[in-house]
Amino acid sequence: MATATLSTEPLELAARLLELAQAAGADQADAVAVASTNASTSVRKQQIEKVSESTARSVGLRVILDGRQATVSTSDIGDSALAETVETALALARVSEPDPFSGLADPKDQARNVPQLALFDEQIPEVDGDHRLGQALTCEQAALDADSRIVNSGGATFSTSFSSFALVDTNGFAGSYADTSASMWVEVMAEEEDGQLRNAGWSTSERSLHRLDNPEDVGREAAARALRQLGASKASTCEVPVVWEPRMAAGLAGIVAGTASGEALYRKATFLADRQEAEVASPLLTIIDDATLTNRLGSRPFDGEGVVTRRNALVNRGMFQGFLFDSYNARRLDAASTGSAWRSVGGLPQIGSGNLTIEPGETSPEEIIGEVDDGLYLTTLMGFGINYTTGDFSRGAAGIWIRNGELAEPVQEINVSGNLLEMFQRIDAIGNDAQWFGATSAPTLRMSRMTVSGV
Amino acid sequence: MSDTPADVIGFYSTQLGIDEAAAESVLDSALGRGGSFAELYFEHKRAGSLSFEDQRVASTQASLSQGVGIRVVEGDAIGYAYTEDLSLEAMRRAASTAAQIAHGASDAEPVDVTAESYPADRYAIASPSTSTPLADKVDLLRRADDAARAYHSSIARVDASMVDEEKRVLIVRSDGRMVADYQPLLRFNVSCLSEIDGERRNARWGGGGRMGMPYFDDHTPESLAEEAARQAVLQQEAREAPAGTFPVVLAAGDSGILLHEAVGHGLEADFNRKETSNYSNRIGQSVASELVTVIDDATLNLSRGSVNIDDEGEVAGHNLLIENGQLAAYMQDRISSDHFGVAPSGNGRRQSFRHSPMPRMTNTYMTAGEDEPEDLIRRVEYGIYCKAFSGGQVNITNGDFVFSVTEGYLIENGQISAPIRDVNLIGNGPDVLSKVTGVGHDLEMSDGRWTCGKSGQSVPVGVGIPTVLVSGITVGGTQMRPGAGMSA
Repeated sequence: MATATLSTEPLELAARLLELAQAAGADQADAVAVASTNASTSVRKQQIEKVSESTARSVGLRVILDGRQATVSTSDIGDSALAETVETALALARVSEPDPFSGLADPKDQARNVPQLALFDEQIPEVDGDHRLGQALTCEQAALDADSRIVNSGGATFSTSFSSFALVDTNGFAGSYADTSASMWVEVMAEEEDGQLRNAGWSTSERSLHRLDNPEDVGREAAARALRQLGASKASTCEVPVVWEPRMAAGLAGIVAGTASGEALYRKATFLADRQEAEVASPLLTIIDDATLTNRLGSRPFDGEGVVTRRNALVNRGMFQGFLFDSYNARRLDAASTGSAWRSVGGLPQIGSGNLTIEPGETSPEEIIGEVDDGLYLTTLMGFGINYTTGDFSRGAAGIWIRNGELAEPVQEINVSGNLLEMFQRIDAIGNDAQWFGATSAPTLRMSRMTVSGV
Repeated sequence: MSDTPADVIGFYSTQLGIDEAAAESVLDSALGRGGSFAELYFEHKRAGSLSFEDQRVASTQASLSQGVGIRVVEGDAIGYAYTEDLSLEAMRRAASTAAQIAHGASDAEPVDVTAESYPADRYAIASPSTSTPLADKVDLLRRADDAARAYHSSIARVDASMVDEEKRVLIVRSDGRMVADYQPLLRFNVSCLSEIDGERRNARWGGGGRMGMPYFDDHTPESLAEEAARQAVLQQEAREAPAGTFPVVLAAGDSGILLHEAVGHGLEADFNRKETSNYSNRIGQSVASELVTVIDDATLNLSRGSVNIDDEGEVAGHNLLIENGQLAAYMQDRISSDHFGVAPSGNGRRQSFRHSPMPRMTNTYMTAGEDEPEDLIRRVEYGIYCKAFSGGQVNITNGDFVFSVTEGYLIENGQISAPIRDVNLIGNGPDVLSKVTGVGHDLEMSDGRWTCGKSGQSVPVGVGIPTVLVSGITVGGTQMRPGAGMSA
């Protein structure tokens, strides 16, 4: 029942706003409405810390008058607020300047029916506060019980959400879909002999409850990660092979998607700008963007402009395949939309990826580590040190030093650096151990050399 | 003119039907199951943005966001709910949801709300930018674009934008306190791309604050644009940064990001109440060189991080955090100040009505020392001089923090030499602050461009610092080089 309410209400709201805009003289327009119910329970040291539950909804309008574009959003959906939204949008569009490329998506690219991607878990709207509390308590308890050196906790949180997204435009597109998500997160601290603490967190996040890792496993993983950092010290400055654990490799996939944005291409703000169909990585590397996978967090039936979503190869055996586009940047660069527009109620469509997958290889992670005499097993990255224009990469890090093919002592307060293009080309092993982290799947991978800065 | 607190209270009453009686009714629902404290945070925010690219207006945006966040406190635990629907029925329903954190029957007396006044004068501005005609803003953007392109022939792209908002906040608590505030915020951004023989370098710059259009009298669009263009062109000459641990001189102003990460977050009282910060239980201890005094100050005139009242309704203040190297105090919100038995410090902040408050920084800075800034550079035989940054991050528990340098230079034999490419620096909070061996007399606050993220919530902040010499921080460059020391 909650499903039915959610899937129709935003569509009606968006349609009502679009109708007002058309009546007021907008020649091209689209309206987006979102409704979502989010609930979460946090515990710390087995006591309730926070319980929250709210239903939010908002609506946004984009109008285009002779190529002049404006967007306006409101969380007040009363009649007078909607009328004011339309008035403001038209007034703003009039002071904007004409852009020959602005406009809606081409209707022939838009979805005609909504494919079933299993985005909605019927169980999630039924989850109650007691269930969220129980899962969070179990997760944290498993972490606290893992070892006597686990002495403190940052807490555990279990959250559920169900929402509905609707888009209508003056070309006649009208679509909506509902989706769900659930996630669990925990952080604990292990104590050194001198009282210093080492912390680590772990999480799981999925569309469906049944796909979540079980709470005990999440808790034990967080504890194991905190424990293995005990005794961490700074490494010496050197150039060595770096093995990226799957979670770190997943971040790398996100960086590739960022550099493959068609908007970054237009702005010449990506080092991939002149490398279309060029070899940009080791032949071992294949990265796919795909918003059509069943039951995944990055999946959706149509994008933020109503365009049918699809599978886009970004890198195939080291060759860069092409950029991701919304329809505006596609028109500016004489390309086609890849169904990659994301849309919030408050802004213009923005380019983003769906699910990202680094294709697994055939080597086990043990072999990948086993072949390294002296190197870094990377488990943590910190900071924002990535320049997409030049590819310069320099970030804080922590991990475990590899000696003679074995994980040896933990290291922290170090930095890893290189240039992304060189880093991609230096990938010399990809593991068979792909794992999902939210909307990204990645295995262990190794780069033959990076600079590690330390003492 | 910006609204006075009385104007804001009047606005809620006449425009949205939220008056003392409505608030009392919602608070009664919030305490319906016996919570010990409840608070309503009403927010009405109008925001606008204008972006300029390819030498024309590219997009215009406006938004209205309004709602109420309702928090019920029971011991250290909170129940939270919000609604965008400000009808009495919807608000009471949200209040009942938040009330579920408590498990008793209400034994509370009905709440008697009284509007309280306080000196709301940190950003009482004459002409908020939100009331300025769009054409005037477009003119500013066009001036920035022209100036950046005129700065150097290699400037191939300029993107400029102006974002502003006006927030009307009304806070009503179960202790009867009702306070309001009008919070303007303005930000101007310029991004430039320099292209020479296919080599591209970019840089961004900008500023603003809780200010109106007079901001541009002292910070012309031309000066902001030329600064972005200068940094982009400079990067064309930049060489690889060294790898290893070296002395670092931090320029006055934006380098305050080091303090924000190295000590600021670690001194937020929620982490210390939970004893998960590396500064937990260290009040009164030495945590930095005695040259270091750090203040968090919400009272700076017109600054991006300033607030008249915090988002729990406490008058915000000037708080001494570290005095001559000794840890003096944490930044408190309501729950942590109850825990520690101290007065709230006015640091309870939140992103919006959709979020519950927690201890946050406002404007955080190091006080001026006595050194000549040039002398600090002269003391370094081989090291790094840092001037502009893109961001930073910290691990509260082990104290490791990073910040990313976008304008930096080598120091060789006491002189600033070649510019270096983007590089990350990593250190450990107390360790780096114990290595502060010189502090300049030139304290400077950053222009208003910083936004701080914590637990998924963003709030505007300010940072500031005088020129500072740190005897060693790990520099994450790619150039292998033997370490070099510092002369006395």
